[in-house]
Amino acid sequence: MAPRTMYEKIWDDHVVRSGGGSEPDLLYIDLHLVHEVTSPQAFESLELTNRKVRRPDLTLATVDHGVPTEGRALGIKDPLSKKQIDTLVANCKKHNIELYDISDIRQGIVHVIGPEQGVTQPGMTIVCGDSHTSTHGAFGALAFGIGTSEVEHVLATQTLPQSRPRSMAVNVNGELPTGVTAKDIILGIINRIGVAGGTGYVIEYRGSTIDSLSMAGRMTICNMSIEGGARAGMIAPDETTFEYLKGRNYAPAGDKWDRAVEYWESVRTDPGATFDVEIDIDAADLAPYVSWGTNPAQTVPVTGSVPNPSEFDDPLERDAAERALVYMDLEAGTPIMDVPLDRVFFGSCTNGRIEDLRAGARLLAGKKIHPEVHAMVVPGSGLVKMQAEEEGLDLIFKEAGFEWREPGCSMCLGMNPDILMPGERCASTSNRNFEGRQGRNGRTHLVSPEMAVAAAVEGHFVDVREWV
Amino acid sequence: MEPISVITGQMAPLPRANVDTDAIIPKQYLKRVERSGFGPFLFYEWAYDQEGEPIPGFILNQPAYAAAEVLVSGPNFGSGSSREHAPWSIEDRGFQAIIAPSFADIFYNNCINIGLLPITLTDEQVATLTDIANDPDNVVTIDLEKQTVTTVGFEAHFDIDAFVKHRLSKGLDNIALTLTHGEAIDTYEETRPGFKPALS
Repeated sequence: MAPRTMYEKIWDDHVVRSGGGSEPDLLYIDLHLVHEVTSPQAFESLELTNRKVRRPDLTLATVDHGVPTEGRALGIKDPLSKKQIDTLVANCKKHNIELYDISDIRQGIVHVIGPEQGVTQPGMTIVCGDSHTSTHGAFGALAFGIGTSEVEHVLATQTLPQSRPRSMAVNVNGELPTGVTAKDIILGIINRIGVAGGTGYVIEYRGSTIDSLSMAGRMTICNMSIEGGARAGMIAPDETTFEYLKGRNYAPAGDKWDRAVEYWESVRTDPGATFDVEIDIDAADLAPYVSWGTNPAQTVPVTGSVPNPSEFDDPLERDAAERALVYMDLEAGTPIMDVPLDRVFFGSCTNGRIEDLRAGARLLAGKKIHPEVHAMVVPGSGLVKMQAEEEGLDLIFKEAGFEWREPGCSMCLGMNPDILMPGERCASTSNRNFEGRQGRNGRTHLVSPEMAVAAAVEGHFVDVREWV
Repeated sequence: MEPISVITGQMAPLPRANVDTDAIIPKQYLKRVERSGFGPFLFYEWAYDQEGEPIPGFILNQPAYAAAEVLVSGPNFGSGSSREHAPWSIEDRGFQAIIAPSFADIFYNNCINIGLLPITLTDEQVATLTDIANDPDNVVTIDLEKQTVTTVGFEAHFDIDAFVKHRLSKGLDNIALTLTHGEAIDTYEETRPGFKPALS
């Protein structure tokens, strides 16, 4: 057999029925993650058509998008969010689906809990009604976001008809400079390929820099694949992956573990396999990035300045930059480090894991945040929060002046009460800086956890490479 | 899903790149558990000010475009989240098709799955259509069978995947199609390795 890429192997292993080129292939789905926002209409339609959930045992649900991150004892105040969450609880009960509800210590952001429970494993197909499902690709799984019609399709059939995407390799090699993180790698990649550069592709991130990352770093990178247009991003499973998985709740054990590892090792891209596109990045060229605009490709190194829209050749990109500067209330030529901040948001499926919290706390220890800055930490899950508290990280954040919240998506998308007020400017460890994303007329600057912490202390962006 | 054959209607021009799903339908309107009723929130923060008053200059607030059925916009339309609420809101507002130089992958699939026709034309063709759409009296005709977009002084052929075209033109229920392969799914499940995780 000709050498194949990892995505091709996983794809081939999940074909239930080949479309023969004229139709989509029908793919089997190993894991379906469900949350409260994109599922109610799917369950309703399922019932209207008298269809059942085919494999509740391959379905895992949690509440994350709309949950409050404080005052939970008082219940959910927003009646619409409450109804949405209650609807998920009722649907899971009715269809016998495992649910980590708001009172469960395992509750959290859907892309944090899958890996945490060990239910995300190499070689799997994983879907969820959420575009950041690409996160799970960090384990060498083919994982992608789907819409509500597709959620219904998977509930009913445990399969999805899919047309084969093309393959892209992003090779990142060399030692990562101090102060430059996984977040900066992916922001740098998106800046290079653009917000639509990955459209139609599955990206495999490869190279020595990627190999040296922890699972948390790999998840940060795969998480933001969709911000570069790619539905799925993936990283080959290796000892780091196996070490992370071993002993987790749903990881295989005993003889099953050995058979699983043998399979997991077999899904790596074969030597000699070719990608449709390859992009090479030298880690030494990367810097801590800050987004200045309203899409995740509009970034500059922290030592840079807000660009002049006239620098963009493409008229639509120029127009987008002009609109972005108006929305962001920034003037071309302003040094990024001169931009003052009102808020700092630390959390999300991009950077809400225990490793992120440790990295932030390490820099923050013994310091206080700037008096003009309102900052909050939202752990990615109840278990992340508990672990952080066991390590005393919560005390470091709280003593510095951060609010320490309950787990959820929170201000990454502001479906719960955590939103920016109009005009507020926020350094955010999340993934999207779209207009209105964190609250109407709120202004989002995407950064790494380390950059967010430094900015919280100084009240403006600083170069974390030189900041102590 | 209603079958699509020929769509004839007015165009609304929205010449912006990377129109994202947060712009199409802001998150505060994603809390409904119903599938319908999202139309009034379409492009909410571009269409209404902070007091909820309509912004007169926005294209869809102009009375001349109130009945538009074909949205003409820029590249990478629908980028961002997987929320099907985005195409639902466009469809609920009365649109039957979107013409753009390119679409985000998840958004494109979501459109297909609800029977909202996404049409990809070249940058130049979309720019020409945008100019034509600036006169609200101009009407466009989209013929799915012939794969053509026709309006005053403009005719273009568009590409579309043959199977997608088949589904849209017949209005086929995708789940019903898949369930005809139930035996293949059963057979596949029998061969799944035992080390794969299961929840209960």
